[in-house]
Amino acid sequence: MTTIRPVNTVGSTALSQRVNSIAPSGIRKFFDLLASMDDVISLGVGEPDYTTPWSIREAAIYSLERGRTMYTSNLGMPELRKELSRHLERCYGLHYDPNNELLITVGVSEALDLAMRATINPGDQVIMGAPCYVAYPASVQLSSGEPVIVPTTEKNLFEISPSDIEAAITPRSKAILSGYPANPTGAVLPREKMLQIADVARRHNLLVISDEIYARLVYGIEHTCFASLPGMQERTILMGGFSKAYAMTGWRIGYAAGPREIIAAMTKIHQYTIMCAPTMAQAAALEALRTGDNNVEEMVANYNHRRQMFVSGLRQIGFSCFEPKGAFYAFPNISTTGMSSEIFAEKLLSEEKVAVVPGTAFGECGEGYVRCCYATSISELEESLVRIKRFVSKHT
Amino acid sequence: MSNKEILRMLEKDAKLTHEQIATMTGTSTTDVSQIIKQAEEDRVIVKYKTLINWNKVGNEHVWALVEVKITPQREVGFDAIAERIYKFDEARTVYLMSGTYDLAVVVEGRTMQEIAEFVTRKLAPIEGVTGTVSHFVLRRYKEDGEIFDTKEEGKRQAVIL
Ligand SMILES: Cc1ncc(COP(=O)(O)O)c(C=O)c1O
Repeated sequence: MTTIRPVNTVGSTALSQRVNSIAPSGIRKFFDLLASMDDVISLGVGEPDYTTPWSIREAAIYSLERGRTMYTSNLGMPELRKELSRHLERCYGLHYDPNNELLITVGVSEALDLAMRATINPGDQVIMGAPCYVAYPASVQLSSGEPVIVPTTEKNLFEISPSDIEAAITPRSKAILSGYPANPTGAVLPREKMLQIADVARRHNLLVISDEIYARLVYGIEHTCFASLPGMQERTILMGGFSKAYAMTGWRIGYAAGPREIIAAMTKIHQYTIMCAPTMAQAAALEALRTGDNNVEEMVANYNHRRQMFVSGLRQIGFSCFEPKGAFYAFPNISTTGMSSEIFAEKLLSEEKVAVVPGTAFGECGEGYVRCCYATSISELEESLVRIKRFVSKHT
Repeated sequence: MSNKEILRMLEKDAKLTHEQIATMTGTSTTDVSQIIKQAEEDRVIVKYKTLINWNKVGNEHVWALVEVKITPQREVGFDAIAERIYKFDEARTVYLMSGTYDLAVVVEGRTMQEIAEFVTRKLAPIEGVTGTVSHFVLRRYKEDGEIFDTKEEGKRQAVIL
């Protein structure tokens, strides 16, 4: 079929400077190759391999049956905000007023965008560690702010250094964007380090925007909520979600918790751009908070088994692999193969049909690493290790 | 890693090898083997079995849930009669129940006739058994936490950043 284009397309001249300021993803070629192949073992995913627990799905179905198909309050259903408030109290001893300090969003994705739009003026700088989740720099740029990248290293366990943050501070610094447990490294920030970062934030009067979507997925270490550190609740926008812990990525639901002035500002934008998070997803989220704990525990136990098995497998192949204590990613160092991350990922895909994500997708300092998601079956993980091993011995 | 964790893993998947369990829990294979051997000796691990969907290979199996009422006996209570019953191969599962009857017995046979014979000729006449009610199983949807024919089709995108 031929498509007929109008002769005078506005084309790229129509695009805003803002959107043009975001660099296109460098791994397009890789995606195209992937799309053309069958029988690939994909370690390139970023979500659980579980479907949402039935009790949660069933609650959403029931809500639809009852005809709950209308908008909710802009902030989200009052019952859900109350339950969320209780949840944050139970988990971290934090008190958030469900009437004006919590906002139910379309995932952490929306919460992140709102947080930036509500707080960043053109030219404001947001300091963040890298390699980091792809949306972090983009969300700042879309608000005409400037992401300031502080590289983290395998040697420092991919933990952002408080002194590096301090060194990056300028008069234009507005906020620290923290994302631990981290995508793509699986790093978890120990409480000690967080206290030091909190101290930097306090001394330089910076806002902390904390993406804690992987909070429940930690192994052998306790997650510390940034807002729960002394004096931090008043300067932290806490973002949390349902996608990863409850295997609810497709529902598009999450939340932001913070000082009421900021939540009010975020709500203003949310009200004009989103109205409210999907009503049935809110019903599902409510059920998740009420009864989902056992499901979370079981999934976490299983991720932990796969994590240990996969990381030890990578090390046996000969990679240096930092021990990820959170999320569901391993971030092995592949530099010993002499290949760049992108070449490694491309060749591994075309020669052995295993998809991993080049570390450079998460920032320049991701060079030399690839992200592997171990939220897949043990048998697939084992097979992928066999293939990676064969690949490595062929190329070294 | 605790012994219970290993038991939970094996309960879900008896085919896991000791090496697999070791790498999955960050333990040595020797330790895992030792723990499993001990559990087998103590009959904590009773048996390794396979869950089969017999519907898929022709209906050569029939099951009935039989409610059994009994008169408890002096000193031995329900146990002596339960034992008489559970020693029959046909009785696949035997539970002592609270409520309106005493023993729940799952009986397996190749035909309904076979089960009926077992109930009328073996089970019902046992001394102390005062009544039985048999319910034939029409379909097995789920057993031991496993759904036989799952209709789920969750499919993920191959790469998400
Ligand atoms: C670190 C991080 N934050 C946020 C998100 C997006 O979460 P949500 O599904 O709640 O929008 C992801 C998803 O991959 C993520 O890895």
